[in-house]
Amino acid sequence: MWRYLIPVLLFAGLVAFFARGLQLDPSYVPSPLIGKPIPEFTLPTLADPNVSLSDRDLRGELSLLNVWATWCVGCRQEHGYLVELAAQSGLPIYGLNWKDDTDAARRWLQQLGDPYRVTAVDADGRIAIDFGVYGAPETFLVDADGTILFKHLSPLTAEVWQREFLPRIAQAAGQ
Amino acid sequence: MIPELGQFALVLAVGLCLIQGVLPLWGAAVRNADWVAVARPAAAGQFVFVAIAFAILMQAFLSNDFSVAYVARNSNTALPTMYKVAAVWGAHEGSLLLWSLVLAGWTVAVAVGSRGLPEIFAARVLGVLGLISAGILLFTVATSNPFERLPVPPLDGNDLNPLLQDPALAIHPPMLYIGYVGFAVAFAFAVAALLAGRLDREWARWTRPWTTWAWMFLTMGIALGSWWAYYELGWGGWWFWDPVENASFMPWLLGTALIHSLAVTEKRGLFKSWTLLLAIGTFSLSLLGTFLVRSGVLVSVHAFAADPARGVFILMLLGSITGTALVLYAVRARNMVAEGGFHAVSREVALLLNNVFLVGATAAVLFGTLYPLFLDALGAGKISVGPPFFEIVFLIPMLPLLFLLGLGMHTAWRTMQATTLLRMVRIPALVAVLVGLIVPWLWFDRLSVLSAVGIVSGCWVVAASLRDPIALWRSQRRLPRGQWGMIVAHCGLGLFVLGVTVTSAYNIEIDESIRPGESLEIGSYELGFRGLRNVEGPNYRAVEGEFELRRDGTLVTVLAPQKRVYNVQTSPMTEASIDSAWSRDVFVALGDSLGDGAWSVRLQYKPMIRFIWFGALVMALGGLLATTDRRYRNATAPKPSPATDTLEDAA
Repeated sequence: MWRYLIPVLLFAGLVAFFARGLQLDPSYVPSPLIGKPIPEFTLPTLADPNVSLSDRDLRGELSLLNVWATWCVGCRQEHGYLVELAAQSGLPIYGLNWKDDTDAARRWLQQLGDPYRVTAVDADGRIAIDFGVYGAPETFLVDADGTILFKHLSPLTAEVWQREFLPRIAQAAGQ
Repeated sequence: MIPELGQFALVLAVGLCLIQGVLPLWGAAVRNADWVAVARPAAAGQFVFVAIAFAILMQAFLSNDFSVAYVARNSNTALPTMYKVAAVWGAHEGSLLLWSLVLAGWTVAVAVGSRGLPEIFAARVLGVLGLISAGILLFTVATSNPFERLPVPPLDGNDLNPLLQDPALAIHPPMLYIGYVGFAVAFAFAVAALLAGRLDREWARWTRPWTTWAWMFLTMGIALGSWWAYYELGWGGWWFWDPVENASFMPWLLGTALIHSLAVTEKRGLFKSWTLLLAIGTFSLSLLGTFLVRSGVLVSVHAFAADPARGVFILMLLGSITGTALVLYAVRARNMVAEGGFHAVSREVALLLNNVFLVGATAAVLFGTLYPLFLDALGAGKISVGPPFFEIVFLIPMLPLLFLLGLGMHTAWRTMQATTLLRMVRIPALVAVLVGLIVPWLWFDRLSVLSAVGIVSGCWVVAASLRDPIALWRSQRRLPRGQWGMIVAHCGLGLFVLGVTVTSAYNIEIDESIRPGESLEIGSYELGFRGLRNVEGPNYRAVEGEFELRRDGTLVTVLAPQKRVYNVQTSPMTEASIDSAWSRDVFVALGDSLGDGAWSVRLQYKPMIRFIWFGALVMALGGLLATTDRRYRNATAPKPSPATDTLEDAA
């Protein structure tokens, strides 16, 4: 009776996946975009849909691009830190509001504080695909010439900032 | 010196667990009565040593012994005593120790409660539990020793995560663990039956109350967690389909299927191998949950320490426990033959469908939870699966389940006339449709298709559950307590469904900026902002807003939401203030200062949200009634039944 073997076979497959999964770091994301220019985009801004933000606006100075949404728990978690960071670091942070309800997004910023210089609205998620976004929140470090220097997946914390971002910012500034 | 004693107690407990696991199982195999008799004393002994270790860790917290690394990371001299106790299980190492303590507690309960069962069978059950305990304790000792010392003790500790400093969360983990670790008992019963190679209806009668107890605790544990998330995370959601939540919800879903399948096995001797598979599967999902939460293979908001060595160890544990059981199942399950067939309109078929839908729902949640991991392992990229996916795939099996539940409750075992069934549910169905469509329309003056379906389903389940009690009350007959358990639990489910639907369809949410003296309107309520004051807590400082909640000009209550900053971890926390009544909650959370005295506030009106947790409590109450039914009270085997092993078999 082979059918009694089905559960154990399925389970063996599952364990094999887990064993593979353990060797991967869930917050490590290889991005083919690192070292390449940011994808071209032109999107309406959250504050005023008649005004648009484009990739050209991000050039000229070192900046952060943060992908967020109100439905994303991790974004909620990192938001306080982003507000703090915006005030302290002086680095412009651009928001990419991803597949979200724009009213909810506006309320969110009103209530929790707005760390973003400008937030662009990517309602259908098409631009996020160009950016290779896997899941919110994601934060890109973009050089003055528009090159993506680094990408961080999962909420941004002071520790991640110190460990991953600051050395790269220092390096970019030194060049 | 004392923490070292704790560690020593753990090592002794591992030894006793191994004895409890190996000797009785071996004794049962070779029919050696002396070895079989080792099971109970060994179980008692390991419980004592795990309890000693646990008590020592708690003492380290209470006495601020920061030379213990775990205490230094998770406590602080200013932490209130209640949270020092809760901090014992506030992080990884202590949680595992709690896991072991709970399992040891269940083991002792089984050792005591199984006195009436055949010796060999009880020895096998305890042996299996001993092996599981040994695995978990070895894991604790080898990778997550809670008693590890720091070479240089800090002057003060790092404090407990502020999110966990809450009464509901202090008791949530113990409840949850008592629930999902409790499924180990059903698992051990299933493995014992497989080892014996036989399963009879008596087996199901022994297994049922244990399973229902575990299910009841898990129900309460999940409800508490959800309630905590609602008021503590500060944004009014009550379920987020987060991997860690799913980890406890999957065993609940499959455990619910198991309870129903056990009913069929007990009453009719059917679904035997299926019931065994569910028993194995339910506890395996508990272990899987532990693996997902503790190994860090998935990104979650409940960010726990991720350590690859721990992940490998738990995976090996999961693989060997579940793997062995499933191999045994593959070899032995064919012997578990059904004692008869069944007809199309019968309780058996209703429960079969119940199982199909519940297993389907479990599979959907499991798939959604693991999908990011699958893609990642295949190198196909990384994604996150959000609530929209779960809400849709979960609803697909749930709606037919709710519809069939009302019918299934009134079916008879073996067979019945379809017309009889329809006649019985005619009135509940009519009531459900009328109440479900008219009341929301009168109360809220609007109704969408999906919310109508949800409200009618909820009313249908409640009305169908109440049909029998009303009929009986009129005819002055009595029901056995087990029957009441079923009625109450189903009624609770109906209330839960009503709460979920009404809350999501009619909640009002306002995010506004407001200055002292101004007021906001929400529904028929008015919220006036009186002002702010500073509050000093034991280990935090807070800004507290004072809001007057009025209805038609009369004061309902004063709400005082806080923004807290904890002294040590300095993370800002939102303490929402909620005015709750049975029919609605008014929820205020303080946002940020916007300058010139203006503050952003989040204001929510949530009709019937209490029904969600109240419904879950009623479900748990149903479980309590069912487990205390008279027929389980003396779950003894007066005479050795021909289908069970006894020592005399060998003689």
